[in-house]
Amino acid sequence: MSVDFTSVQLVDVSRHFGRRRALSRVSLTASSGDILGLLGPNGAGKSTLITILATLATPSTGEVRYGDQPAARLGPALRIRIGLLAHELHLYPELSARQNLAFFAQLYGLDPRSTVGPALESAGLADRADEAVSGFSRGMRQRLALERALLHRPRLVLFDEPFTGLDDRASGLVADRLRALAAGGAIVVLATHDLDLADGLVTRVALVRNGKLVSDEPASSGLRARYRALIGAA
Amino acid sequence: MFFRTAWLVLRKDVAIEVKSLEVLTTTLFFAIACVLIFAFAFVKNGQAPEDAAAGILWIAIAFSGTLALGRTFERERYAETLRALLLAPAPRPALYVGKLLGMLALLASAELLLVPLIAFLFQAALFSRPLLLVGILAGGTIGFCAVGTLFAAMLVRARSRDVLLPILLYPITIPVIIGGVRGTAALLASPVDEPSAIMWIGILAAFDVVFVTLSLWTFEPLMTE
Amino acid sequence: MRKAFGPLLLVVAIMFVVAPFLIANAPYESTMGLIQKIFYYHVPSWFAMYLAIAVCGVASAVYLFKGTPIADAYATAGAEVAVVFGLCGLVTGPLWGRVAWGVWWQWDVRLTTALLLELIFIAYLMVRKFGGPGAEKLAAATALFGTATAPFVYKSVDIWRTVHPNTNVIPTLKPSMGGPFAFSSLAFLLLCTLLLTARVHLAKRQMTVDEMYLAYEDQS
Repeated sequence: MSVDFTSVQLVDVSRHFGRRRALSRVSLTASSGDILGLLGPNGAGKSTLITILATLATPSTGEVRYGDQPAARLGPALRIRIGLLAHELHLYPELSARQNLAFFAQLYGLDPRSTVGPALESAGLADRADEAVSGFSRGMRQRLALERALLHRPRLVLFDEPFTGLDDRASGLVADRLRALAAGGAIVVLATHDLDLADGLVTRVALVRNGKLVSDEPASSGLRARYRALIGAA
Repeated sequence: MFFRTAWLVLRKDVAIEVKSLEVLTTTLFFAIACVLIFAFAFVKNGQAPEDAAAGILWIAIAFSGTLALGRTFERERYAETLRALLLAPAPRPALYVGKLLGMLALLASAELLLVPLIAFLFQAALFSRPLLLVGILAGGTIGFCAVGTLFAAMLVRARSRDVLLPILLYPITIPVIIGGVRGTAALLASPVDEPSAIMWIGILAAFDVVFVTLSLWTFEPLMTE
Repeated sequence: MRKAFGPLLLVVAIMFVVAPFLIANAPYESTMGLIQKIFYYHVPSWFAMYLAIAVCGVASAVYLFKGTPIADAYATAGAEVAVVFGLCGLVTGPLWGRVAWGVWWQWDVRLTTALLLELIFIAYLMVRKFGGPGAEKLAAATALFGTATAPFVYKSVDIWRTVHPNTNVIPTLKPSMGGPFAFSSLAFLLLCTLLLTARVHLAKRQMTVDEMYLAYEDQS
């Protein structure tokens, strides 16, 4: 039984830990072809939103719908449509690049022989494929982690601060990749506090501050000005 | 998908461990050090008290098991790879089973060393009934690892995880230790007390079933935030 | 329960005042003399502890699988009350043992089981305190496993004990002892229920305060 969807919806989602409010009644929709930018200062709740979208956390109140089905009804098969790249990178430092990719490929039911090679090429790591990841620079690890997250061609692509540690050229490549994914029908959700990179890349903008959704609108020029107006100095 | 995922996790853990053998060698060495400490504590006039061998064996298993659990899950904590595993499209309890099998393999290796060592140091006739011995060791180790793997996994994101693991694990696995020690002692009695040993294997098996089932049930709710 | 709390508190207070008289008038047990009467406090303490443990175990299961916040309140209340009554039992037990048999600790099966359960629920409270955010779920798992382990602990300690000298801890009850015993048990169980209710009420108040903080944050 295959699960697929063309939109993901947060319906009145809140998440709190005792007295601390991480998210407050957030309602958002993102559809196939969107690049949704979650922008906001540190601690605003962007990472929490991404974690909830990835089914790694459940909201305290409210619901997340994939297509029009809630997460609980879709079961484990839902996760084959979700790809996550977070700050921590999720790579085993003791294993080589090739072994990392092969493991995750098999975990997602893919044939490593046909998927690992192209992914290594795409990350520019084909010549260092058999070295342990612990010896890689941050940028190399980021590229590898990007490929790992996208191996199974997920429908919902969740990126949390993907540009950290990348130089100009690499950031540009990541941005192009995101555009290509969206053009191919993926739903891209990008959390970042790097406004310059977000500008011109995202198609929709959701501004988050203190766990609240301050605005949700299509992207337009003057992103930084808009951000400043609604959230404060960036 | 379930068993395939468990197998993939197990294979990955073995692949990582084989590169450096860090957890295996340090756990083995710690187990030996444990045995020696208890030997010096209890041996008087060159003689260990009766049943000391059984007790020391299971204490060494419990202590080195706790250490190994902490170290194994510390690896998953490092790059938050446990989160990546939780994103796999398999039922999440499959991850638990994979980790459990890895821990069992690790402790079984430790026991392969500990049992002959203790038989040697304490002149304990542990090998007189090898099948029963394997039964007791298996029953006890599975019980200890079943609870230990769950607790170590759930503590990965908690504060004070190093000290909380023993605090939580030891009281709950006391029945396993009792069963293991008494069962092993029954094998060391002269004459060998086979009915007792078989009874303890039965109790340990029941414990194992209950606790593996409970762990499979609670794994997913515990691992989602 | 709110309305009944006050009157019930009065009833329990009266019961605890009356109980010593009933106990003093109960017949002496043949071998142990006066010290045996500690049994009227000791055993009902266990009953209260087991009730609290049952509440904690069930509430923990509900909290873990359903996530209802009020279940967490009941679980905490159950654990705290269990630790308190467990302490009563673990203090009265050795006192009895010391005078009756000359030793403080006899590895009696019930006493040992209770000690282990006490440790498990103290561990529960430690996890809640030191585990950081999300510790409530971890504690709930501990309680669930602890409650599930109780029969195994009892059985294994029981069989383990046959290695040690067999001492009869709970003597057979004479019929005239039954009355005061039932009275004491009822008093302790009632006290346990009242303590649980009070603690849950406190937890509910705390939850309300948290909600108000959250609502205030929502406003600003």
